[in-house]
Amino acid sequence: MDHGAPIVHDVFGISWLDFNLSNVFMIIVTSLIVFVLSVLGARKLQMKPTGAQNVMEWILDFVKGIVNDTMDWKTGKLFLPLALTLFTYILVGNMLGVITNGVYNGDVWWKSPTADPGITLTLAAMVILLSHFYGIKLRGGKEYVKDYFRPLPFLFPIKLIEEFANTLTLGLRLFGNLYAGEVLLSLLVGLTMTGVWGFIGGAIPFLAWQGFSIFIGGIQAFIFTMLSMVYISHKVSEEH
Amino acid sequence: MQAFTIYASLGGFHGGDMLVQLFFFLLLLFLVGKFAWGPVMNMMKKREEYVASEIEAAENSRQEAEKAAKEATEQLKQTKLEAQKIIEDAKTAGVKQEQDIIESARQEAERIKKSAQQDIQNEKEKALQALQEQVASLSVLIASKVIEKELSAQDQEKLINEYIKEVGEER
Repeated sequence: MDHGAPIVHDVFGISWLDFNLSNVFMIIVTSLIVFVLSVLGARKLQMKPTGAQNVMEWILDFVKGIVNDTMDWKTGKLFLPLALTLFTYILVGNMLGVITNGVYNGDVWWKSPTADPGITLTLAAMVILLSHFYGIKLRGGKEYVKDYFRPLPFLFPIKLIEEFANTLTLGLRLFGNLYAGEVLLSLLVGLTMTGVWGFIGGAIPFLAWQGFSIFIGGIQAFIFTMLSMVYISHKVSEEH
Repeated sequence: MQAFTIYASLGGFHGGDMLVQLFFFLLLLFLVGKFAWGPVMNMMKKREEYVASEIEAAENSRQEAEKAAKEATEQLKQTKLEAQKIIEDAKTAGVKQEQDIIESARQEAERIKKSAQQDIQNEKEKALQALQEQVASLSVLIASKVIEKELSAQDQEKLINEYIKEVGEER
């Protein structure tokens, strides 16, 4: 039961360059699945949409709604591809961990990539950095700096802390939800393997929790995308 | 507690994971944007434009149809008016012709009547003339007879009556 992680330390002799190979594997798998599904969905595009194209357009409209809720469409359309990729990537990543966890040679290889704090924080930091970048690019450096002293100058320290807090909460919220889900799922799996009564007692909660995890996975993907757009819009919008 | 020990080994930050995640996410962002969402967005935009142009075209044709219908109504009205006018004209022409005919008939009748009267007058005059001639010759005759024999007043009367009678018979 005591599964480890396939970690490689100090690649190329660089002290901080560690790889959790299962994360690398799952990142590649998730990216591949998202890419293949998206490209399959975008095949044979027609004026009258059918089948997969309908699904693609529904997702696009859904994400477009998220972007539209947080900023006006003129700047929002810049971030639509980012929001779409975030949403689909996180959604698929969440689902992969809910469907199954795979163990090979005592190491956990198959899990949600989003159940790792490093990965979610990377995504969160990327979003926050992008928000700063576009804030400067779209509104100019002066306005960007001025924003730290609005609405009142003495709020500057709080504003500064807010940036880091945003990064942490954005990343850790996703990680926490997914990680908790997987912990509980593996506990229930452990329970079902303890015997007949354990199986009976564990199977039904397992099913229920799996359903709930799917729900949480969808919600968290939505929340992550939504909040990313909110943070970006704080930086790029004139007034809020 | 057991789960905690399981997953404790999964936690922690690995610089490599972060780099891999960042690289793959950006790669995915680029590829998906280029091969999936880009075309889908283009298609949606194209459809939007198509719908907009179709709506415009429909609006245009509707307006055209409205205009044509209006024109047709106008024309129909015009035609009706014209037809009305023609009928009216025909009616007045008919009335006029009728009056003309009546008038000319009346004139003709008048003319015939007049000529008939003229004829009668002529005839009458002719008859009178003839009578006068007769009377003249008769007077001559009577005078010669009176001269032949003396006549009593009685006889004379008798004679005149006789001759008048003769004249009447002769005619």
